[in-house]
Amino acid sequence: MSGYRRQLYRDDAVVLRVQKIGESDRVITLLTRRHGRVRAVAKGVRRTTSRFGARLEPFGHVDVQVAQGRTLHTVAQVEGIDLYGKRFIDDYPRYTAASAIAETAERLTPIEEEPSLRLFLLTLGALRALAGGERAGPLVLDAYLLRAMGVAGWAPALTECAVCGTPGRHRSFSVPAGGAVCPDCRPPGAARPAPVTLDLMAALASGDWSIADAAEPAARRECSGLVAAHLQWHLERGLRSLPLVDRGATAPAARGGGSATPAHEQERA
Amino acid sequence: MYEGAIQDLIDELGRLPGVGPKSAQRIAFYLLSADAADVKRLSTALDRVKELVRFCTTCFNVTESEQCRICRDPRRSDDVLCVVEESKDVVAIEKTGEFRGRYHVLGGAINPLEGIGPDNLRIRELMARLGTGTVRELILATDPTTEGEATATYLALLVKPMGITVTRLASGLPVGGDLEYADEITLGRAFEGRRRV
Repeated sequence: MSGYRRQLYRDDAVVLRVQKIGESDRVITLLTRRHGRVRAVAKGVRRTTSRFGARLEPFGHVDVQVAQGRTLHTVAQVEGIDLYGKRFIDDYPRYTAASAIAETAERLTPIEEEPSLRLFLLTLGALRALAGGERAGPLVLDAYLLRAMGVAGWAPALTECAVCGTPGRHRSFSVPAGGAVCPDCRPPGAARPAPVTLDLMAALASGDWSIADAAEPAARRECSGLVAAHLQWHLERGLRSLPLVDRGATAPAARGGGSATPAHEQERA
Repeated sequence: MYEGAIQDLIDELGRLPGVGPKSAQRIAFYLLSADAADVKRLSTALDRVKELVRFCTTCFNVTESEQCRICRDPRRSDDVLCVVEESKDVVAIEKTGEFRGRYHVLGGAINPLEGIGPDNLRIRELMARLGTGTVRELILATDPTTEGEATATYLALLVKPMGITVTRLASGLPVGGDLEYADEITLGRAFEGRRRV
């Protein structure tokens, strides 16, 4: 390093993923406000003597200083802004939903260091809402997935036909066609969800929580299935965390209230 | 790029965790210049570990027999069971000399981002052990990480209805450290878990 100083930059970020590397280090995947998705090594954070290992746990909103490297960057300093991870550890369904949010954010930023401010703000907002505990975790997750697809340019058509653009409340939904379809454009094999399910999807996409909160469990389950199918069709590869999301609790839970139903004992949506 | 056996060795060493191409090359050339008896000992140890080492049928710790040393020990208490993520955690706890119960090795922690759910861990086997009714206390000794804590929460939800006392390892300050150097999360946990003296 003689005669050469690595360039440092400071940004705020959401911790998406941590992976063990070497004896005591971790590779931290961050979604930063101004630098997009960044992977950086946090040295020695697995040691009990680490001063900032606890701040680099998944789902935390952190203020981070990164030293740029040729292949991997290095985390030089980190301060916690709001460490949401510690609010999910007592609530298993919310932990699984947060994992799906983090994986989606990672998959929607395929190129490192390409800024994506809208996705950053959306991800931060979703984790904040999930940690707040005012809304049901699965609804927050589905709202995030729908809006994240909007940021990526794959928003499903919900208030007009995905094929011909005819406005209206259509009854069929085709993932390959791109959303709700009118009777004339309905391809073979299109799903026929309940009308309230499509209303719920539209409400989640637009942030109309009065409709979303009032939705029945059956509509929520159907909505989750359609959102997951639409997302995974466009990602061309399944999300590993999505089948593991515990959708057992449909009612909002008090923070740390332990409303979880172990996945062994419930039917997965 | 080398030819034949040396390149094969570099390729195989490079597949090991934490060993990059340069390190693999360095180790390969060290082995090439090392004493033949030393290299033979290493290759025998590698063969033996795959041949002899298996998982204990009770706790899933690594062992060379049907049951591990701890499960075979009649002096250990059957009514306290300590759940850990990996076999190396058993070794760390055994070094303390504080625990005289039995263990259960889960084989990891629930981590949806890596596709690891409850069905990928030895939770079903743990529930079967608890179902026999001999365990009175379950100590959750998973790592104090988000994944480890979430796994502990999940297990507590499963086990509490069975009437078994479920405890979690305390989090706090490392012995021998200065308070001023503790991070705010560890210090906060230490305050939460303070005890009367």
